[in-house]
Amino acid sequence: MSEAKHIRTPLARVRGYGSAHSGTGHFWRQRLTAIANIPLTIAVVIIIIMLLGRNQAAAAQILGSPLVAIIMLLFIASITVHMRIGMQVIIEDYVHDETAKLVLIMANTFFAIAVALASAYGIFKLSFGV
Amino acid sequence: MAETKAPAARPLSPHLQIYRPMLTMMMSIVHRITGFGLYVGTLLLAWWLLAAASGPNGYAKFEWFTGSILGRLILFGYTWALIHHMLGGIRHLIWDTGRGLGPNEREWLAAANLIGSIAITVILWAVGFLAMGGQR
Repeated sequence: MSEAKHIRTPLARVRGYGSAHSGTGHFWRQRLTAIANIPLTIAVVIIIIMLLGRNQAAAAQILGSPLVAIIMLLFIASITVHMRIGMQVIIEDYVHDETAKLVLIMANTFFAIAVALASAYGIFKLSFGV
Repeated sequence: MAETKAPAARPLSPHLQIYRPMLTMMMSIVHRITGFGLYVGTLLLAWWLLAAASGPNGYAKFEWFTGSILGRLILFGYTWALIHHMLGGIRHLIWDTGRGLGPNEREWLAAANLIGSIAITVILWAVGFLAMGGQR
């Protein structure tokens, strides 16, 4: 058996997930959100065109309606996950100082979550009239 | 301890400046740049939704910005970046299946990506102007 050549158990080898210590999680999630982004972006573009030229009251009513609000929330969730992974790749490619890299990767996560929750807050406020 | 010798001047792996610019290469770079732009531009998305939720005054401020020349230029660029990055993403998803990597196919896909993104952006803005003219 080939396993006999390794002193480490299969579990121990898998635990490290390779040099990035995260396996293919980011690779897969980037594709998953990329696929989700396509129909969601098309839907959001249609929603934005529908809202062009309307006043705040009309825009608020449409954005707060259940179907539009749910599409917007799905869009926000998918794009912010996608963009966070993408920006992390850019940071890892160009920032070689270890401290700066860690700080920027953290800032990247904070930015993505802040944009996601601020946008979601707007949608919830419109939907529930808080 | 053995004295460390100065490292031999080994050739470094070639970087961008050594290659002749090619369409596929430029499109790869543009894919990353548009992704970066879309990232920053999500601030506009958040502003838009919070402005709509805040009431007429907040929404008027947002509309003042998007109606200005600078605002419209940014939104036009943002539309193009969005469509370009989406078409580029579809191209990558096709590649993920192992298809479309041949010499002719990848050139064709890159050209279609660029032409498609410009055409769709212009069409969307034309539709947008019609929508604004019709419903104001």
